[in-house]
Amino acid sequence: MNSMLERLAKEFRITDVVERRPGLTTIKVDKDLAETLIRELRDREGYTHLNFMTAIDRIEDGLFTLVYMLHNYADKSSLSVHVDIEREDAEMTSIHTLWAQAWTYQRELRELWGIRFPGSPRQDEDFCLEGWEDIPPMRREFDTVEFCERTFVSRDGRHSEDPRDHMHEVMFPNRGGDN
Amino acid sequence: MAQLPTHSSAWDMSPPEPVDLSSGKYVKLWQGPQHPGITGNMSLELTLCGDEIVECKTHVGYLHRGFEKFMERRTFIQNFTVVCRIAVPEPTFNEYLYSAAVEELAGIEVPERAQWLRALNLEMMRLASFVMWTGGMSGAFGLYTVPNWTLTYRDYLLDLFEELTGARIYHMYIVPGGVRNPLPDGWKERTLEILKGTEKLLYEVERVMFNNAVFKARSKGLGLITPDMIDPYGIVGPNARACGFARDLRKDEPYLVYDQLDFEVITGTASDAYERAWVRQQEMHQCIDLIRQMLERTPDSGPFQARMPNVLHWKIPPGETYLKAECTRGEYGYYLVTDGSEYLRRVHVRGPSYTHAIAVMERLAVGTNIADIAGLMVSLHTYPPEIER
Amino acid sequence: MNDELEERLDEAPESQPESLRLRDIPVREELQPRTVIAPDGQEIHIDPLQDYYCQAGPTVQTPAYTKIIEDLFNWARSESLWILGFGTGCGAIEMRPLMTPRFDAYRYGIQWRPTPRQANLLVISGYLSVKTLKRAIRSYEQMQNPKYVVGLGSCTINGGMYWDSYNTIKCLDQYMPVDLYITGCMPRPEALLQGFDDLKKLIRAGKAEGANRYAENFDWYKANQKRVIKNWNMPDYNW
Repeated sequence: MNSMLERLAKEFRITDVVERRPGLTTIKVDKDLAETLIRELRDREGYTHLNFMTAIDRIEDGLFTLVYMLHNYADKSSLSVHVDIEREDAEMTSIHTLWAQAWTYQRELRELWGIRFPGSPRQDEDFCLEGWEDIPPMRREFDTVEFCERTFVSRDGRHSEDPRDHMHEVMFPNRGGDN
Repeated sequence: MAQLPTHSSAWDMSPPEPVDLSSGKYVKLWQGPQHPGITGNMSLELTLCGDEIVECKTHVGYLHRGFEKFMERRTFIQNFTVVCRIAVPEPTFNEYLYSAAVEELAGIEVPERAQWLRALNLEMMRLASFVMWTGGMSGAFGLYTVPNWTLTYRDYLLDLFEELTGARIYHMYIVPGGVRNPLPDGWKERTLEILKGTEKLLYEVERVMFNNAVFKARSKGLGLITPDMIDPYGIVGPNARACGFARDLRKDEPYLVYDQLDFEVITGTASDAYERAWVRQQEMHQCIDLIRQMLERTPDSGPFQARMPNVLHWKIPPGETYLKAECTRGEYGYYLVTDGSEYLRRVHVRGPSYTHAIAVMERLAVGTNIADIAGLMVSLHTYPPEIER
Repeated sequence: MNDELEERLDEAPESQPESLRLRDIPVREELQPRTVIAPDGQEIHIDPLQDYYCQAGPTVQTPAYTKIIEDLFNWARSESLWILGFGTGCGAIEMRPLMTPRFDAYRYGIQWRPTPRQANLLVISGYLSVKTLKRAIRSYEQMQNPKYVVGLGSCTINGGMYWDSYNTIKCLDQYMPVDLYITGCMPRPEALLQGFDDLKKLIRAGKAEGANRYAENFDWYKANQKRVIKNWNMPDYNW
């Protein structure tokens, strides 16, 4: 694993190599070389299984970090490839030609984060949400509680009776002072 | 290592001729969420030419609750109560993977007795889930006797769960740090009796289902998964093992106590519906055997929970991890990212049905008979709740 | 009807924030009205969104002219509760054991039917995402009178553990008239049987008037539903 990463490091400008535990390593690569690196990993280094593809919203840095988790069945190691992309007008090269399952993940990313993958099949169709008119919900600026209060009506909750408040207001309302 | 083509027509899903809805040749049929022939809540938009399916589009999202979003609003200890509902028919794997991921990032070591109890709980959950699946599989082909037997039998297993954890379905037994309680008195003996009954049940099911001429005729050759489809589609679990790939996470990357147990990986020769059902039948026998081994070897004394920090104000150092477990459908994974605060930064649940029910289903449905589509769906063993979480 | 909730409904909807719209929602190709030429040359005009029973809104069903006949009808209805086989959420997993010999709901006259036209009880088993709510409403409206709705689990009462989820509804009563709630997460099969027993008592007492409530407050229910379901390509009532 380390020799492979050393070999690829210069060519693909891999940074931030962190070994999380034996068998799981995280690497970071630039956006323009990511697809080529993943293709190289799949074709030559044996990382033929795509576990998943997801995104982490780094709103404080103005980036999305795309995570591709690849797995090598031969030496049972996993590699997590992190790619940083811009948050505004997020777009990334599609990998739907590398794995037949990838277009599903890209559809989900498009709907829930707003990241576009040009060329990926059925990108603009609804996946999980239907008739959604707000911003993509997995973004960190989307406030779910405020959305729920605005859209859905809920029943009044339970009232909790704090004994101290009860005594202040109901039993001894004219008595001031502490406690 | 096989060379994968860069763009394969193996996954080109467009129908052979363009579908013209205004000619009287095609019928568009919506096998929607309200349909007895669908596992869970999913729709299939089928385009039929006569009896044969020409195109299949899946629609998910009926069970989308936005777990990954609201889990970011709850503290680590609050999350373990909600994760079991991600995969409704088989909840325990969620609890285990979430707890294990949190423990790995927090650096908490789980005592050995808790590991045995966790493995026992997981293996029993696998057995209960397979038993329910057998009912679904035969019900999809019209053999309604078998679901009545197996669902009843699954209830006895749920009784055991209720005695151990307090709940039938959503146990919330595996908590970060260990398990909630040890085995009650007499539980081992009751479990062994029920396992004997389960073996009898499996014997009956084998005779009724697998020797049935109608079942054989309908399921042999249905939904054939070829070996070159496994890696591009990310097919895992018994679907891949029936094809001959001996990939089992319990053997390849042992977690909990599976490296101390004695079992073989079960494979088949060609992954059609019949062979997949056969592999799952064998795996049920394997589950029973593993549970017996675990019941013998679980330590009777010792701590079952690690020393935990104050969970109400629990900050976990920044990190990321991906943990996998072998559930009945294949590789179930939890990807957890923390950033040093009291809330998790990102959790992603990778359910095996994500690929099986969407990409693989759309591929395999082309060319099937409309009567067999329900059987095909069930033979892939998909649970829609874990697709859209 | 809850006045406070009615007030909230009368407020003007707040303007949606500047949003990244995914795309506008056109009507799907197969739902457009069109003319199809059959293989034998006949022209057939079809309009998929025109639903022939939607020509008029639901009407209130009046009880029979004598009490004794109505009691007889209610007794018959309560002893043959046929449930629509639509597992809308988590609760579907605890409804399956009811069909097995151990808990046996069939001895109470309760069956599961595949189509809405054959069912008179809709069990909303757990949470309802907005997408499923649309289908559940459609299934409910296709059922024939008299019909009942049972809300299973705490998610139908107040959102349950999904109280802050952006895709589940919080209060089922706003969108569908509920006759009975069964609490739990998930309720055991024995709790379900007890719930059905309570529903039978309600029906026999003549108090399970959910369908009539729906017909009387039809506008209110429809307004609530349309507030949440944005993608309304369903047949609309057009009287």
